[in-house]
Order: sequence, then C-alpha cells, then structure tokens
Amino acid sequence: MTKPDPMAEIRASFFLECEELLEALQDGLLALDGGDKDPETINICFRAVHSIKGGAGAFGLDDLVRFAHRYETVLDAIRNGTLTPDHDTMLLFFKAADFLSDLVRSSQTGDGLEPDLVEGTLLDLESFTGDAVKEEEAATDFEPMAVSLDLSDFDLPSGTVYRVIFAPEPELFKSGNEPQHLLRALAEAGTARITCDSSKLPRLEALDPENAYLSWTVDIETEVSAEDLTELFDFVDGLCSLVITEVSNAPPDKPDLPAPPPDAVDISNPGAPLASPTLQKSNGTRPTQTPNATVRVDLDRIDRLVNLVGELVINQAMLSQSVAEAGLTSDSQVTSGLEEFMRLTRDIQDSVMMIRAQPVKSMFQRMSRIARETSGAIGKRVNFLTEGDNTEVDKTVIERLADPLTHMIRNAVDHGLESKSDRLAAGKSEEGTITLSAAHKSGRVIIEISDDGDGINRPKVKQIAETRGLIPPGQDLSDHEIDALLFLPGFSTMTQVSDLSGRGVGMDVVRSAIQSLGGRISITSVKGRGTTFSISLPLTLAVLDGMVITVDGETLVVPLSAIVETISLMDDDVKRLGPDTNVIHIRDVFVPLVDLGVELGYRSAPTDYEGRVVLLISQEDGARMALLVDTIEEQRQVVIKGLQATYGRVPGIAAATILGDGKIALIVDPVDLMTRASGKTGTPSEDLQLAG
Amino acid sequence: MSDHVPLTTDTAEHELLSFRVGEQEYSVDIMSVREIRGWTRATPLPHASAYICGVINLRGTVLPIIDLAKRLAIDVAPACERNVIIVVQVNGQTLGLVVDAVSDILSIPQSEIQSPPEMGGDHGPTFVKALTIVEGRMLRVLDLDRVHPPMDADAA
Repeated sequence: MTKPDPMAEIRASFFLECEELLEALQDGLLALDGGDKDPETINICFRAVHSIKGGAGAFGLDDLVRFAHRYETVLDAIRNGTLTPDHDTMLLFFKAADFLSDLVRSSQTGDGLEPDLVEGTLLDLESFTGDAVKEEEAATDFEPMAVSLDLSDFDLPSGTVYRVIFAPEPELFKSGNEPQHLLRALAEAGTARITCDSSKLPRLEALDPENAYLSWTVDIETEVSAEDLTELFDFVDGLCSLVITEVSNAPPDKPDLPAPPPDAVDISNPGAPLASPTLQKSNGTRPTQTPNATVRVDLDRIDRLVNLVGELVINQAMLSQSVAEAGLTSDSQVTSGLEEFMRLTRDIQDSVMMIRAQPVKSMFQRMSRIARETSGAIGKRVNFLTEGDNTEVDKTVIERLADPLTHMIRNAVDHGLESKSDRLAAGKSEEGTITLSAAHKSGRVIIEISDDGDGINRPKVKQIAETRGLIPPGQDLSDHEIDALLFLPGFSTMTQVSDLSGRGVGMDVVRSAIQSLGGRISITSVKGRGTTFSISLPLTLAVLDGMVITVDGETLVVPLSAIVETISLMDDDVKRLGPDTNVIHIRDVFVPLVDLGVELGYRSAPTDYEGRVVLLISQEDGARMALLVDTIEEQRQVVIKGLQATYGRVPGIAAATILGDGKIALIVDPVDLMTRASGKTGTPSEDLQLAG
Repeated sequence: MSDHVPLTTDTAEHELLSFRVGEQEYSVDIMSVREIRGWTRATPLPHASAYICGVINLRGTVLPIIDLAKRLAIDVAPACERNVIIVVQVNGQTLGLVVDAVSDILSIPQSEIQSPPEMGGDHGPTFVKALTIVEGRMLRVLDLDRVHPPMDADAA
C-alpha cells in the first residue's frame, strides 16, 4: 500500500475478524471430530466459512472467495444431512481449514499461493459433493440482501399485537434521522419482529443515493398502546408514512407476513458474523455459550499502561524507603496507609499483567496443525491432544514460544514416535499420541509436550555425542546428563535427516529461545513409554524475581530462577586450575569460579576468598558456575527496564531496574555471562559444560 | 526536531543554550534540549566506552549519560555534585550530557554563525559544527549527532 488508504483499516479489521472466524472454525471441526452431533456445531463452521467468503468478496479477494465458497458447499452438504462426516472427511476438513487460513494470510500479505495447491484441495473437497459447483453461485451471494431484524429475544408478557408499517421519505434522511434508532426504540417497547421490504430497491446502477427505497414492517407484541407507539415516531412526523394497525393475537412468526427473503441476516446477536445466512432460531435453541464481551485495544496502549504501572511500583518502593528512613513507627497511620497502597499497587500490577495475558489456545491450534502436517508428510498416524487451552500467558511469551514449540512438535512426531511397524511390534496402537498441555504452577506457566513413543535412546545419544566430538569418549554419564546432551549445539539423532526436522538447528536453539524468555526446559523420558519435554516460563516479562547483590559498591540483580544455592566460601574450597582460573569444590563437584566484579570490569581479581559469598548458577544442561559477589542484600521483585532502546545491548547484562532509592541497578544475564566468562577466575565455556 | 543549522537565510536567529566544559564554551540548539538537571551518580555500565558515565533514572526511564569532557577530550576534574546534566534529544533518542555549568541562552543571527575552518592537523571526529563570537569569546556549536555514541554491532 503506497498511500494511506481508507480501505486499509477496514481490510485490517476484516483480517482480524478472519482470525477469530478461523479459530471458531477450528473449534467447530474439533468438536465435530470428537463426535459432536449438535447441528449448531456444523452451523458454526458453516457460518465462519461463509463470513470469510462474504468479507473476501467485498475486498475482491477472488481466490479466497472461490475456495471458501466450495468449502462452504461441502459443509452445507453435511448440514443438510446429505453427507455424513467420517474420519477421512474430517481430515480433509482440517486440511481445508488450514488451507483457508493460508489463503487468508496470503491475501493479507498479497503473495499468491500455488494455484495447483488451490485446485488440488478444491477437487478433493468436491469429490464429496459429487457435482462441481458453478462459479456463478458465488456471485449471487453478494446481491443486496434484505435485512430482517430478529429482535424476538425480549421476553415480555404478551399483550396486543400491532403491525407497524414504516416507510421513510427521503426527507427523513436529509433531516439527519436514522430509521435504525426508531426501530430499536420500537423493539424496546415490546417483542418485535422487524422485516425490511427492499422490493422497491433498484439495481445498483439506477440507485439514487439520496432517495429512500426501504420500508419496514414491524410486528410488535406489546402492552403499550397504539398512541404510545405513534409517539415514538413524533420526531419524524411528516417525514415518513406510518401505519399502525392492531392485529389480534397474531404470533410474531406469522406466515402472512411479507415473506422474509431467504438470505436474511440475524443481527439480534451482535456476536454473530454479519454476512452469514440466517438460521432463524427460536429463543430456546440459541447456543448457551454466549461469548464474553471483549474490547479490542491497541497493544501500544496496553504497553503504556504496563509501563506506567511499572513506574508506580518503583515510586511506591521509593516512598516506602523514605518512610522507613523517616523512622516512623510501624503502627503510625502513614505506615498502615502505605501498606494498603502497596497492596493496591500489587493488585493493579497483577490486573494490568492479566490484560496482556492471552489464552494459549490459538497457539495450540497452530501446533495441532503442525502435528497434522508433519504426521501427514511422514506417514505416521498421530492423535494430537491439547490440555489447558485456556491457560493465560503473556502475549509476548506466546508469540516467542511459537517457533520453539513448532520445532518440538515436529521432533515429537518425527523422532519421538516410532514407526507404525515398531509401534505394533511393541504392542502399542498404531496411532501415536502427542499431548500438548499448559498449566499454571506456583507463579509460572508449565508447558509440556509428551509423546507415547519409545523414549530417548540413551546409548545412541551418547554414541552420537561421542562421534561428533561433543563429549570425550568413554565417559560415565547419568541418564539425566545424557538427556541434556540433546541440547548441545549441532546435535541431531536422526541418522536420516528428514525434511521436517533434524536440519542441524536443534534443541539448542529451542533451549536458547526458551531461556531468552526467562524459562527453563527439562526432559523426562522412560524407555518404551515416551518422552516429556517440560517448559517452565515466567508469567510475565515485565517483572522478575531477583536477588539484589552488591559487587564493588555497585548494586546488581541476579534472576532468582538461575540461582541454585548460595554458598559462603572457605579458603580451601577454592582450587587453582590455570594461571588465572579457579574452581571451587562443592560436594565432590568442581565448579568454575567467576568473579562478577571482574567480568563486568569493575575490579581486578581478589586473592582472598575466605568468607566470600558465591551464587551457584545453573543452566538447564547442567552447566554451572559459581558467581562471586560481595554481599547479598535481599530478594525482591523488580520491574524490568530494557536497555536496548536507550543504550543498546550490554554484554552480560539482560536489562536494568530501578531500586527503591531511585538508583538504577543492572540485571545480570547469567547465561550470557557464563558463555562470556573469560580468564581471571573463570574458565572458557567449553569446559563449563563438562563441569556438571 | 532538528539541530541542523541552515545556512541559507541570514535573518534567521538561532537560540542556543551555552554551557561550559572545563575552560571551553560550547552550545547546543535549544530545541534539542529537553531539560537541565542536577548531577546524579550514574550506574556504570560494564564494557562501555570511557566517556559513558552509565545510566540514571529519569522519572522511570533509563537514561544513558555521556561525560562530555571525556568525549571532547578536555582535561577536567572528575564529575561531582557541582556538575550539571543537560538532557538532550538526538535522532529520537534521549541522553544526558554532563557539563560543568550552564551559562546562558543566546539568540545568534545566522549571519554571525560560521563554519569551523578545516584544520589539516585534526584527526578523528570533530564535534564542532559551527562557531560564533559572543562578547569577544568563541562559542562552539556542538554537533550532537557525533557526540551520540554510535550503536556498534554488539550494542545494536
């Protein structure tokens, strides 16, 4: 788009809507697949596809319209009962849904898709309906549609039934009146059934935009008198023709009404997509699951709010500190007021963080697609299950988790599950199961990917690591240590590199992606029973639990998640390793000693270690280091302030935070520090990995 | 916001904020100045250039601070409470400059602003983009773009 386009905004909102519709479609298909026989479920799918088609038609996205139309036709066949969905049909439906979302995405970016692909999927779809669908049908759907407002939801006691025929004159529009408001007012007066007569509407080319062509017939069952109804139209007196007649005891759904056109739209439910065909529902059969009211908010605004709350937290900490310094007793009013304030701040912070949180559902749906595609490509049957779809996680975390999860799902299908024959030989069902689950556990989010495959082939893993020179041969490693080898850079167990996984970018990339989110990843594997990868993530990226420490007079924060334990050193714990490097001896394990002050360039290496404090830092692969600091101040939550935007990346430093006294403290990035740890009292990173 | 000095119109006046670094007088376009604040001890950044004092907390934002004397290679006593921080905005980035004292706000007609002469002996970056004379003293107009630390690959 070269210049600001008024359509761009509408387009953008169309694509946003598409996302929601696609999600609804997925949900519907999953329910169908799960044996849901509710006709409403297939209706939901149908409506979603239809709405996408309608919107796409308005934007001239022909490919999308064409595909959606045929998809809709097949769905319609199921709706009519002419086609019963079986396993293969469902697979195809999923495929078509995936394809539809591809089309939506390609329409959004403007790249075309392979025409062959389009045709192929289309043909597959049509093989179900038998007869090919004519292109013209798609076009007819976009003729001006008559609108019928089904406002029969109002459950009022029955009264007299009136028929109001309301035909606005052009002057009504010229004087700025709006029939919709009048109709709405009318509908509020009782149980109304509103039909629009569009028969006078000329073809588009003959349409005079300043003329009035529509008229409405309202059958209203109300206790209000005819005079009161007329009063509603006082403002437009003389600007329209209005006929109010009493119809005795006529039920609202009388066939003698001007027959509502077949393609009427149900706008009584604001959640329902507008362009969908009406499924005239009586009050009883309306789906019970009404969606929660939601507001779409620009992410920037939320981020600004998050920042402001961050500042509030800092300010509150500063205030507490000055109150403490003023030496007030703990029972003074100021102190109790401050405590209340702290609680409120914490509540506000939690609520704001919740705004950013999103259910992992949309990502899980993407993953189920990955699982389907991968299993399809390598010919394994996979039953993909998800648990805890509604677990909410920070939006950024979700976005940045998509790539590592994709990789892990592919791995699970490709490497985790055995081939069909092996499964049968092991006495398992032919279909493998992969479970993706999310849950909240003690302030963190745990995401687990488990398969019921053969488990990690540890002797093979060890052997590969040895042949690749990742570990010296003949070492005695525990199961846990062997599992950790999977995370080493350049490790790939598949002897045959497949198209989908095992391209050399392996679990090490996954691990660093997770770590950059402040998360940890671990493996549990039982031979013959399967493997589970468990990812533990912080709920938010905006605050962090940290250990406040000092080094050479500087205050720093070390993320608590990285610290295994704190140790007070004895002089003879420290053993000399190289000319400048030392290790410390902890419970029969040697851990490299790294002086934080030296690594950050604050001071030169100390010579005396008696009574010094070290933090034992651990990475997921078991790599460890002992980080020498001067004092440990406290453990507290800190608000993360990025340095990137204002200064740039600082080696060994993840971010900054503002302490209670208004000073800035840097947050240490233990992983970065560990890989950079150089000379003096540290050892090179290659040796680090063996230390665990 | 631009601190670029146009050389076309002679009638335009430049409003400059003048300040002292050591014995030298410098100035910046007043439009690039956001605020002037007292000296605060900055939190040093590891592995940073010598002229980077570190970062301070400016009402909740992390503000990088540049020691202008070190940047301009002027010999002065180390920064202390008597110094002042001028908060400027360069290319959408906000940073603080530590100077010895802020002197004045001056209106200088364009005609009295001259380009610095090219000196063969000067190597390395020059931080002066224009010169002018105020009450018989030379006033240097600082080129903020050059003072601003370039984001190298590691710092990007």
